[in-house]
Amino acid sequence: MTVELTGAEIFVRCLQEEGVEHVFGYPGGAVLHIYDALYQQDRIKHVLVRHEQAAVHAAEGYAKSSGRPGVVLVTSGPGATNAVTGIADAYMDSVPVVVFTGQVPVHLIGNDAFQEVDTIGITRPCVKHNFLVKDVRELAVTIRKAFYIATSGRPGPVVVDIPKDVTAKKAPFHYPERVSLRSYNPTLRGHPGQIRRAVDLILSAKRPMIYTGGGVILDDAAAELTEFARLLGFPVTNTLMGLGGYPATDRQFVGMLGMHGTYEANMAMHNCDVLVAIGARFDDRVTGNVEKFCPHARIIHVDIDPSSISKNVKVDIPIVGSVRNVLREMIKLIRESGRAPDRAALDAWWEQIEEWRAMDCLKYDRQAEVIKPQYVIEKLYEATRDSDVYVTSDVGQHQMWTAQFYKFDRPRRWINSGGLGTMGFGLPAAMGVQVAHPDATVVCVTGEASIQMCIQELSTCRQHGLPLKIVLLNNRYMGMVRQWQEFFYQGRYAMSYMDALPDFVALARAYGHVGMRIDRPQDVESALREALAMKDRLVFLDFQTDPAENVYPMIPAGAGQNEMILV
Amino acid sequence: MRHIISMLLENEAGALARVAGLFSARGYNIESLTVAPTEDPSLSRLTLVTSGNDEIIEQITKQLNKLIDVVKLVDLTEGAHIEREMMLVKVRAAESEARAELKRLVDIFRGRIIDVTERTYTIEMTGTGDKLDAFIDAVGRRAILEVVRTGVSGIARGEKALRL
Repeated sequence: MTVELTGAEIFVRCLQEEGVEHVFGYPGGAVLHIYDALYQQDRIKHVLVRHEQAAVHAAEGYAKSSGRPGVVLVTSGPGATNAVTGIADAYMDSVPVVVFTGQVPVHLIGNDAFQEVDTIGITRPCVKHNFLVKDVRELAVTIRKAFYIATSGRPGPVVVDIPKDVTAKKAPFHYPERVSLRSYNPTLRGHPGQIRRAVDLILSAKRPMIYTGGGVILDDAAAELTEFARLLGFPVTNTLMGLGGYPATDRQFVGMLGMHGTYEANMAMHNCDVLVAIGARFDDRVTGNVEKFCPHARIIHVDIDPSSISKNVKVDIPIVGSVRNVLREMIKLIRESGRAPDRAALDAWWEQIEEWRAMDCLKYDRQAEVIKPQYVIEKLYEATRDSDVYVTSDVGQHQMWTAQFYKFDRPRRWINSGGLGTMGFGLPAAMGVQVAHPDATVVCVTGEASIQMCIQELSTCRQHGLPLKIVLLNNRYMGMVRQWQEFFYQGRYAMSYMDALPDFVALARAYGHVGMRIDRPQDVESALREALAMKDRLVFLDFQTDPAENVYPMIPAGAGQNEMILV
Repeated sequence: MRHIISMLLENEAGALARVAGLFSARGYNIESLTVAPTEDPSLSRLTLVTSGNDEIIEQITKQLNKLIDVVKLVDLTEGAHIEREMMLVKVRAAESEARAELKRLVDIFRGRIIDVTERTYTIEMTGTGDKLDAFIDAVGRRAILEVVRTGVSGIARGEKALRL
């Protein structure tokens, strides 16, 4: 005989069946039954954030760093609307998160009830899918579907909206082992004929280029990518989301590409004759002006999402499939063919690339009296490179400097908000990373504007003992806004200067953490080492950096990849 | 170019909103849209008319296919097909001469008069959008009191069928 459980109990059992260990959330009226059920068990730990947006970012950090889905639980109305920014962020960066929102009881839906909002309607354009569960008997199967959809194919956020009365009603509990959806069947295996054509083109290339994105990270295909690239000896560039997909310290790596990519990466893109795009989506920050994008190249594009292919740039050989599967197939075919790329052509191509690399496009003033932000990231890299380290960032100049100067050799180590560009992402994301990896060093690189958007989470870190290392590059400006105003608005710095900044050291202490302020370049390294040595404390490092420093190189909006502004 | 895209949709609350929302969110246009359940009550058939160049239509079909509620989809304009639209139109018909002329027009267009008052005729007509447009022109806009069109529905010619 099956026992009848309440919806709230079913909810908890489903999460246990899914192997969920952590939920990020915030209670409220509509989810009180669920919180009561969570309270009466100890397999699932709940992390109490201070704002629902942070719950989703934390779940994203958890998911991005571990590969397991992140889980969020918030209440109806403002709980749900506060979560929307995080949901949209997860949608843009294809992060597998399942967000459970409370809802007013079924009979009140549509009545403008207290804390009622049309969560399904509001989130529809920024989720992979969403569900409203009106019948407790549908709850278990819906949760199963939500996890399946969030984690399969091109991952993404799924929202499950649960009215309060559904969590109180009883139903027999049965958790389906698998679900199938007649309308949802991601293509995992690439078309063999297309793969063969791609390999032929790859082997005939004279000036090849491999361009990979977040898809390689999401599909755990870094090892396959590395094998593929080394087998061919081709140059590799990563997008912002793809960093760590190929070891940054490897000679074949030419750096990140795009608006703030390296000179060598962008020039190689512009001049290549065969472009192999893998798990990347030709975002406008990568392509610049699409009319001028890779003018000499025939393009192969491997992606699990057919709608990413030929969306922005027309490609010659599209391959829909899991990037890991397709890379394996391509490696196998190349080995079996006994063919190799044109060695002489490749040598000449590398000679050209090395010339571009010799431009040293990331150079900056190392003799400066003020702290250069790039210097902080370099020293951070040196101090942490040999440890089990994860780095998150917020959005803006500090994000670009971290992407440029921190050399990520492994996947899932670099966690940032690429697509939506959400200021406030870094701190809560780092919390999620630390929850997933309690013994690792987790660093959040941030700016004084971004950090203030979710600074209340310092309280969460205190409550849950999350010993993050916050590296604040404090230049007193919204740096990226200031940079654009300098370049494109004749230095009219409208609203980009932050007057009346808090004393971050005192603030960190007020929250129960360690705060440090660093003013001189010669103190940067020692401060970092001191902070990193405090394994069980959150340390907030306030680096007073050069307010006028800009991110170079830069491709201005509308320009081609070969039209960079250099230092 | 004008395309008729027809799809089988999960017959669930919100499925139509997902399709309509996709068009507004991505800036595609919808000229007409019609939806109703099929012989299988779990499925609806939705037919919409849109326009765009080949790249836009390719994106539209890919994005629609990505929606979890879209089960199967076909661009009817890629092959031979039949399209029909139904129209109900109420026209002023007060004098006997006008009434006779209208009756003749309705016969020529193979429509039917389905409601009559002393001052009006209500006409039912089925055909392609062009034919319905032509009828409206022939009657003259000044005589028309109300037009209700269903939007285009369509089906492939021959043995091809959109089914699971």
